[in-house]
Amino acid sequence: MRWLRHDLRRMRWIAVASVPAIVLAQTAAAQVAESAARPTGIFNSDRLGLLVALVLICGAVVGCILLARTGRPLKIRKLAALEAVDEAVGRATEMGRSVLFVPGIQDMTDIQTVAGVTVLGRVARTAAEYDARLEVPTSRSIVMTAARETVQAAHFAAGRPETYNDNGIYYITDEQFGYVAAVTGKMVREKPAACFYMGAFYAESLLLAENGNAIGAIQIAGTAEPSQLPFFVAACDYTLIGEEFFAASAYLSGERDQLGSIKGQDIGKLMVAAVIVIGCALATVGALFPATGATGAVDALRSFLGG
Amino acid sequence: MHEHNGSGSPSFLARLGGIDRRWIFLAMGLSIALPILLKLRFPEYPGPMAKATFDAIESVPEGSTVLVAFDYDPASAAELQPMANAMVHHCASRGHKIVFMALWPLGRQLADKAIEEVLLEFHPGLRYGTDYVQLGYQAGNEGVIKLMATNVPEQYKTDTKGTPLASLPLVAQIKSTADFALIASISAGYPGAKEWVQFAESANPEAFKLVCGSTGVQVSQLLPYYPKQLDGMLVAVKGAAEYEMLVEGKYPVEKNAERLGQGRVRMGPQLVAHMLMIGLIILGNIAMVAGRSRGGAR
Amino acid sequence: MLQRTIPIAILSLSGIILMLAYFSPLTTSWGETVLGWFNVLAAVAFVLGAGNLLRVNLERISAQRSGWAYSAITLVSFFAMLAFGLLKLGAVPSEKHPDKHFAGAYEGPTAPYGWMYEYVLSPLTATMFAMLAFYVASAAFRAFRAKNTESILLLGTAFIILIAQTAAGMFLTGWIPQDSVFAFLRFDSMKIAITEYIQTAGMRAITIGIALGVAATSLRLILGVDKSYLSKS
Repeated sequence: MRWLRHDLRRMRWIAVASVPAIVLAQTAAAQVAESAARPTGIFNSDRLGLLVALVLICGAVVGCILLARTGRPLKIRKLAALEAVDEAVGRATEMGRSVLFVPGIQDMTDIQTVAGVTVLGRVARTAAEYDARLEVPTSRSIVMTAARETVQAAHFAAGRPETYNDNGIYYITDEQFGYVAAVTGKMVREKPAACFYMGAFYAESLLLAENGNAIGAIQIAGTAEPSQLPFFVAACDYTLIGEEFFAASAYLSGERDQLGSIKGQDIGKLMVAAVIVIGCALATVGALFPATGATGAVDALRSFLGG
Repeated sequence: MHEHNGSGSPSFLARLGGIDRRWIFLAMGLSIALPILLKLRFPEYPGPMAKATFDAIESVPEGSTVLVAFDYDPASAAELQPMANAMVHHCASRGHKIVFMALWPLGRQLADKAIEEVLLEFHPGLRYGTDYVQLGYQAGNEGVIKLMATNVPEQYKTDTKGTPLASLPLVAQIKSTADFALIASISAGYPGAKEWVQFAESANPEAFKLVCGSTGVQVSQLLPYYPKQLDGMLVAVKGAAEYEMLVEGKYPVEKNAERLGQGRVRMGPQLVAHMLMIGLIILGNIAMVAGRSRGGAR
Repeated sequence: MLQRTIPIAILSLSGIILMLAYFSPLTTSWGETVLGWFNVLAAVAFVLGAGNLLRVNLERISAQRSGWAYSAITLVSFFAMLAFGLLKLGAVPSEKHPDKHFAGAYEGPTAPYGWMYEYVLSPLTATMFAMLAFYVASAAFRAFRAKNTESILLLGTAFIILIAQTAAGMFLTGWIPQDSVFAFLRFDSMKIAITEYIQTAGMRAITIGIALGVAATSLRLILGVDKSYLSKS
């Protein structure tokens, strides 16, 4: 197989070299078509509200990171799902069975997959410390590569570089139901003791979770797909809902900088809540007392934020 | 785990809570198969969203050019193909000219199926290029919609047969999505109805009517857009069945009517399956209470 | 050292540039261009994935580990589709160039590739999707238990929606006039109230939280605060 690996490495460089040529040609054609309809000027003033919101939210996150560095105490509520990671991996070690980690079915362009892979790093470190076998079937080739790097780094961080085995991280197929058929088949045959589902999922969420339930595995899920959350909540032992999933990596790291960013996220939420309350109050006043001009204020706020 | 106590009922009820799931699967299988085999049909009463979708297509002037986007694949066809068929038949019956397209790779085959089994079956006089055109699938997700919002010919240079759009009378004058009187997205996820609202409707508000058909799990993401940005919405098989009732009421067909009634056919199993699920939930709770009582009595 | 610094620098620089590019008409399309680059990379990276697929399954077959028959089926299917698609075996000859083999079409059901797609892959995909019906029943039986107030509310809404989504809803409460004071007791009215107000409100709150989570995660990566995705130097 060495010849295959050598050839693949060479082809990677050929592909990288040809990318700019292919894409430049496409970009030129697309930009000619788009330029006719785009607003002119350096700054798109329709997006001013969005820029203000971006500055405020990013400012809150960065500010909290800097505040965390000063040593101020940070209170983050416990997330049961993340407290259970050690328990889940320990259970797998005791039972002599594997830990299954599914990083979703989307590619690395999806932030949920990135978040899933960062959580994988934490789980892999725990698995390395406990000497548990970790399996990571992936649905995308680039996710497989990223997951291998992450798990290898986790084994180094745990002081167990010799236990890293890249055979546990493998590619199955891009096809959604082909992937879930392979993973559920594996679950039924090998019966992992702990299953982690962290990433972007669609219809396969319930298939995975119910199969995990059938084999008696402890299941911890996290996704930001609102339509799949109910299935995970119903079928899994622990579920990270939406923003909790994105906070998971920071929470598990325990680093002050990252915990500070969670605080910043909360401040951003407070800002959004304040805007909602103000908007609702203005709309209510405007509906009850039209002469006050509150409805105009609501329209102005909506067009400022919405563009 | 229960203890044997000599009297059968509490132990039996408590045991029901741990019933082997294969019995549940068998019950579900029967609840879906039997209504189909026995051809059980139940009356459907169109709700406000199905009526709004019907009215939106009716309100567009006869003979208008409409765009129907098949943004789903065979996995969701069971839920979405009935509403797609009904919508195609409705538009054709109203005399609208239909432009078919797809944002999902396999959507094109499903559009071809609707053309073959519905459009040409019930409206055999329609001519390709003048009454309907199949643009097919384009990669790019919401990028396709963004470009179509300003420049359709740049996005679709030819139809699926390789004919330039300028040679097809129906689409020769179409420059952007604003030139369509109505856009319908039958959508199973991303990209789909949400992207049509975000990138087509917002680029040209009020320029065309926008209706969608979606799977049940998506409804919570699309409801905020109804009724302002979305003029009509069909949700899951129930929405399809209600819409079929309305279309059949005004535009009945004589032969092969079952092709336009698949939504109603599927409501039979849905009713029985939902009743089964309610029964299972009640059973599970009885078992839980029986198990607790048993534990409390000790 | 460089193994970590260069990826962080690329991520930070491209993240900041693309974030700001969104606000200028001159640079708005840069994001789509970068996505195009990624799509090309992903297509080439597929070769790595395919190579890995071959290696893993061949090892399983040669070691005769449990489940090796499934690996054999995987490899046979893989090579069959590759031959039908890449080599266009059995493709329908093109009307314009009937003598040129690679001008033929392989998508339709008359060609082996299209046939496999239409009659093997599509039904299998639909079958997997259909299995959800069975799993929903077992999940509902296990999960919908009235243990506390929240689960009772969940149970109640589940009942209402399950009944309202069928003809049973109209049968049970359709006789209540739409304009009467008790119209809110109709199942269709309750369903609309639940989906349009309660469910939508909850979904919006979750979506806002997700958006903020995405922003915070992206910032952690762009600022180099979170480096867990990098290999150890």
